[in-house]
Amino acid sequence: MNPEQSPRRGADRPRERPPEDPEASGAPIGRRLLLGTLGLGAFGVLAAPTLQRGLESLFADDPTGLTGLLPNGGGFRYYSVTSSVPHKDASNYRLTIDGLVDHPRSYTLADLKALPQTRIVHDVQCVTGWRVPGTPFQGVRLSHLLDAAGVQTKGRAIRFTCFDGAYTESLTLQQARRPDILVAHRMQDKPLGHNHGGPVRLYVAPMYFYKSAKWLSGITVTEDVRPGYWEDRGYDVDAWVGRSNGRDDAPTS
Amino acid sequence: MHPRVDDTPTLAAPAPRVRRFSRAERWVHRVTALLMGICVATAACLYLPMFAELVGRRELVVRVHEWAGLMLPVPVLAGLVSRAFRADLGRLNRWGPHDRTWLRAALRRDRRPSSRPAAKFNAGQKTYAAWIAGATLVMLATGLLMWFTHLAPLMWRTSATFVHDWLALTIGVVLAGHIGMALGDPEARRGLRTGSVSREWAKREHPLWRP
Repeated sequence: MNPEQSPRRGADRPRERPPEDPEASGAPIGRRLLLGTLGLGAFGVLAAPTLQRGLESLFADDPTGLTGLLPNGGGFRYYSVTSSVPHKDASNYRLTIDGLVDHPRSYTLADLKALPQTRIVHDVQCVTGWRVPGTPFQGVRLSHLLDAAGVQTKGRAIRFTCFDGAYTESLTLQQARRPDILVAHRMQDKPLGHNHGGPVRLYVAPMYFYKSAKWLSGITVTEDVRPGYWEDRGYDVDAWVGRSNGRDDAPTS
Repeated sequence: MHPRVDDTPTLAAPAPRVRRFSRAERWVHRVTALLMGICVATAACLYLPMFAELVGRRELVVRVHEWAGLMLPVPVLAGLVSRAFRADLGRLNRWGPHDRTWLRAALRRDRRPSSRPAAKFNAGQKTYAAWIAGATLVMLATGLLMWFTHLAPLMWRTSATFVHDWLALTIGVVLAGHIGMALGDPEARRGLRTGSVSREWAKREHPLWRP
């Protein structure tokens, strides 16, 4: 077939186009491809819940661990709000409890390990969508540390600070006394590594994982809830899994 | 076949150059490439644990990623004031019978120039241009849904994240192919750097092109 355009199709092209240009005519396939890509994207958004469930069951048991590199391939993702986080270990780690308490004090890692231990196995649910099923955490109940410190009657909330120098979190005193909230030093039955917030992090089982502050260094009893780092940036302060941040994930505890 | 021009000593003068891209078109490509590069680099720092651990600063990286993504269509939109750029968009849009021949040859891995007829842009370049434009708009739309979470039902946000994640992976692979092919063709790169290509290259790679 002659690739030159017919005069009819050439008529609506710009006048400066040389008449022998074989690309001056032809079907507008480029536009169709573009619109098709847009349509596929819209279909992807609509079909996402179904597709995501399918992929999750497809990748459910993967001995190679390679699927961890794929989007939503399961497993933890590393989030830090600062450029670098100092490393702490048993020799220099301290957790201080202060504010509206009768007995402010600080704990070493060994002190925390010597207290009664609780092990909890629940799903970890990030507010951005990833979920790590059946993850064991072990440590001291936050309520135990609060009882030992003696919360004064004015104290109604807790503010958590971290040795990354930036991250903060909060809980009401009522929330903080739940038995499924730990000051954790073990995860997945291993000592908590630096990238997971070690040596000690907060673990708030029933809430989205941003409440479980990494690199925990301070517990301060306050009169009112002071919103934490991400809560100043729009996240809900009461971060119950499935009942906050507009999400409907299955609860984690 | 004709003898190649440089086979003949009497014609040893510097091969004539053919104008391929105007200054405006080259700048559209440069700025788009830069913004896309920023999007890919920041995405790596948000996604891949090794880079996330290296860089941290999540709040800042997210802001840079969002703004680079928002700006990504701007060079192309600004380029629309250029007549040469609009004319090339028309060439990328219109497919002739030779494009089908080219695609069939590409699918058969037939590399002979004679079975790969192309005008100013070959069918592969046309496919890439249309797809990456559509993919960029899908990334922009899903990215905005993730950015302004309170504007849309949050079910949409999870779905948008899903599409954004998988399309990002796909774009990464396709972009690597785009860059890989450019690395393998210095004259094509020279075309985008200086605006002109050798007549011999134009004849070989784009025989139907009438510059």
